[in-house]
Parts: sequence; structure tokens; C-alpha cells
Amino acid sequence: MVTGDNEGFWSAAEEGRLVVQRCAGCRALHHPPRPMCPDCRSVDLGWEQAVGTGVVYSYALLHHPQHPAFEYPVVAALVDLDEGVRLVTNLVDVEPHQVRIGMPVEVAFEPTADGFAVPVFRPRGAP
Amino acid sequence: MSGRLRGSASIVGLGQTEFSKSAGRSETRLAAEAIVSALADAGLPVESVDGLVSYTIDPVEETELVRSVGIPEVRWSSRVPYGGGGSQGVLLHAAAAVAAGVAEVVVAYRAVKARSGARVGRAEVSGRASSSHAGTTAGQWCTPYGVLTPASWMALNATRYMHASGATSEDFGRAVVQMRAYAAANPNAHFAGRPITLADHQASRWIAEPCIRLFDCCQETDGAVALVVTGADRAADSRAPVAVAAAAGAGVFEEEVASNHYRPDLSVMDSSVALAAQLFDEGGVGRDEIDVAMIYDAFSPILLMQLESLGFCGRGEAKDFVADGHLGPGGRLPCNTNGGLIGGGYIHGLNLTGEAVRQLRGESCNQVGGATTVLVTSSRTGVVLRRG
Repeated sequence: MVTGDNEGFWSAAEEGRLVVQRCAGCRALHHPPRPMCPDCRSVDLGWEQAVGTGVVYSYALLHHPQHPAFEYPVVAALVDLDEGVRLVTNLVDVEPHQVRIGMPVEVAFEPTADGFAVPVFRPRGAP
Repeated sequence: MSGRLRGSASIVGLGQTEFSKSAGRSETRLAAEAIVSALADAGLPVESVDGLVSYTIDPVEETELVRSVGIPEVRWSSRVPYGGGGSQGVLLHAAAAVAAGVAEVVVAYRAVKARSGARVGRAEVSGRASSSHAGTTAGQWCTPYGVLTPASWMALNATRYMHASGATSEDFGRAVVQMRAYAAANPNAHFAGRPITLADHQASRWIAEPCIRLFDCCQETDGAVALVVTGADRAADSRAPVAVAAAAGAGVFEEEVASNHYRPDLSVMDSSVALAAQLFDEGGVGRDEIDVAMIYDAFSPILLMQLESLGFCGRGEAKDFVADGHLGPGGRLPCNTNGGLIGGGYIHGLNLTGEAVRQLRGESCNQVGGATTVLVTSSRTGVVLRRG
């Protein structure tokens, strides 16, 4: 669901860029993006490109229920970016049972059925 | 803010419909039936009701409800944000309204067709999500990744909890076996007469690996529960009043809606830590006073996580607390004696409050002898109830 507060994240993803919201007031990084900085209450907020590397903080292999838009098991993960923010995402190019907490990962971009792109992650160094 | 209430409020009536997989009638009718039943239990006429409280997630329109039940004048009403995690918030709202004098007889209710209507656990990606979470953190940031259901949102926290605590699926299973044992002895439970073994639990299919199997999940249920709350004067005339000794937490939104995956340490339920501080430390209730606990078990991992975050055992110790039988009869904290949401049914947590009332009246199917103080919590909201 694209809203005025998250549009920058998804439009960057369509261009193959992973961005994080940066507050111009106090320089804090935040994800998910918000309409106001919860640290300093500034509304002067922008987007900054992330390096795209991080580690798996947690994960789950989702088996059921199933929706036709996804392949199962869905490898759902929380990835802590090196910049210090966390994303809900999917892991790709990995055998589901090989996923481990602490695994180093890097961003990739996966096209969606309806023409958008979502940032996902794969093991770092994967071809 | 303190969990201690300045005024006095009591639950004087409890009503519920049957819990089923297909109620065959509207949520409004289910709510109306539960409310009339609760008022009969309280010995109060419908005309005495002047306050209503439910949840933003509840499908029943107040106008239709009031016109159906025939309540002539509602002076005060409110809704607690969302549902499950806020389930005990209706008691805080009702008690506060009574204490403030803006209403004298408040009905708190929840009506749901979670099985025959919009199933909570079904995978949907439409804007009209099954559990009304579209537009929230989950709707925006989980849906694009196929993380579509409460179980899948919670699983991301639960896997981290397993990593931090060393708890395994079998440890969750031991709690489930206890819930199912209580449910087996409760004729009104979904799983009445159907206990399971740990092997049965381990044989149930994965919903979200490595933490949530089918038997770790609560039961999608049709039904309604209603409670009548009033002040000390009227409560003195009722047959079995239950005092609201402490109530807290309706405004702790950090973890709503089971989808705040951005807290630093997801192996701790921060909202339960905050809730415990309000109920116990500020509310003047000792954890050792709790005779029975009702702890929100939408999925078994969060039962163990709450035991730790509420302070009933140390970090990583819930698995041992459960394995040692402390949730069962004769344990240090008999828990969810109706069978919980896993074994009894899922009226979004308000059925746990009903079981707390039955324990304090001495009317539970799994009665804990001499129970005088019962805790009811659902992560971010909670109450302590006392006999009399």
C-alpha cells in the first residue's frame, strides 16, 4: 500500500535503489519512514541511499496459509542494515533451511507481478 | 500513569454465546445475546445500561446494537484501538468511566465471526485486510513480502525469541499440551474432550517454521462475550461481584499490531514489561498474590514470552517454568484454565476475562481452590481482578 509517507521508498526500489529516511533536523535514520521525525519532531525529511548490506536478525519459513501471488515456503526475514535500521523482507538465492540468524546478506531487487519492484536480500557473495 | 484505580469498579455480570465454527447469525445478534445474558447474570435491567465499550476492530455498530437491545439512553461510549492486544483495555475504559461518574452501568463486549466470517488467519492482500490492519505497519511493510497473517507477523519475533532463549518447538508444545488439557475438561471449549500429547503437537504441520505449528495457533471462533461493569454501590447488590483492582495499558501501542518488528530486542515483549510496571509496581499488586493467570495465547510462543516479560520468571526461563508444570493444576501460576485461546476459542481475549470471573466465583471447570486474585493480560493491556 503506497502512501504519501512511504512513496519514496517504493519509487526508489523501482529504480533499483534501497533508500532509508534521513531526518534533516537531527540526522537520524528511520525505517519505516514516518511523516515526522519521532526523535526531534522535524518534518524536514529526505531519502538516503543505503549501502545495501546487513545481517539476518530473524526469519520464518511461511508454509500456510498460501496466497497465489507468492511461492512457498515464503522465506520471510528481518534484516538489520549496516546503517542501523531494520527491514521486513524476503531472502532469495538461498535454500530455506540454510537460513540462519546472523547470516550476512546484500540487497537485490525482485520484480512483482504488477510491475513494481521490491528490495529483497541474498547471501552476501552469492553469484 | 498508574494501574491503581482511584475509584472502585466491579464486574457484576458475565454473558456469552456458544463458541462455534459457524454461528449462523450476525455479529450484532451475537453481541445482543451476550449482553442480555450478562445483564441477566448481573440482575440489572437493560434500561440501566448507560455506557458501552468495545474495540475499533469489532464489526458491531453501536447504533444497531442499541436499537436491537433496546437501551434507551447511552451517556458514554468508546472503543479501544484494534482488538486482541487491547482486549483488557475495555475494562480500563469501563472502570475509568464508572470512576469518573460519566456512566453507572457499562457493558463491554466483543462479537466476532472469526471462522465463518472474515477469517483472521487467511492470507489476503487486499486493502480490506481480514483483520483490519491495512494501512498500519503490517499492511504497508509486511504485505509486499507475503507476510500476511498474524501468525507470520508473530513468527519473526518468535524465531528471535528461540534464538535468545534456547526455547524449542517442543517447549512451546508443552504449554499447548497444558492448554489442551484444561480445554478437554471444559465443555464450552472448542477442544472439549480432546487432549493432545507432545507427540501430537510435534506431528502437526508447520504454519511458520521453526516456531509456529498448527497446534500452536488459537482457534478461529464465532461467538460473543459481554461483561457488565459498575461502581461499588450497585456491585454490593449483585450476587458475585468481582473487583477491578488494577487496570492498565490501553495506550501502549509500540507493539500493536503484533507487527512492530523494529524494536531493538524482539525477544522481549516491551509492552508487557511496561504493563507489568503499571499493574504490579505502580498498581500495588504483588506478583506472588496472583492465584491464577489468563495470558493471551494467540500463539504459544507469546505465552512464554509474556511469562518472562511480565516478570513471572527470568529471561530464557519460561521453557523451564512450563516444563516444571507451573501452568498446570497445583503449579505456581495455573494459567488459562478455560483452555486459553488455543484450546478454548478465540473471542479476541475477552473470553479470558470471562474465565477469570468464573475462577473468582468458584465456577470454573478447572477451579483453582481458594482463588482470590486473578491476572488477565494481553500483551499491552491487563487487569487484576479480585473476589468481592
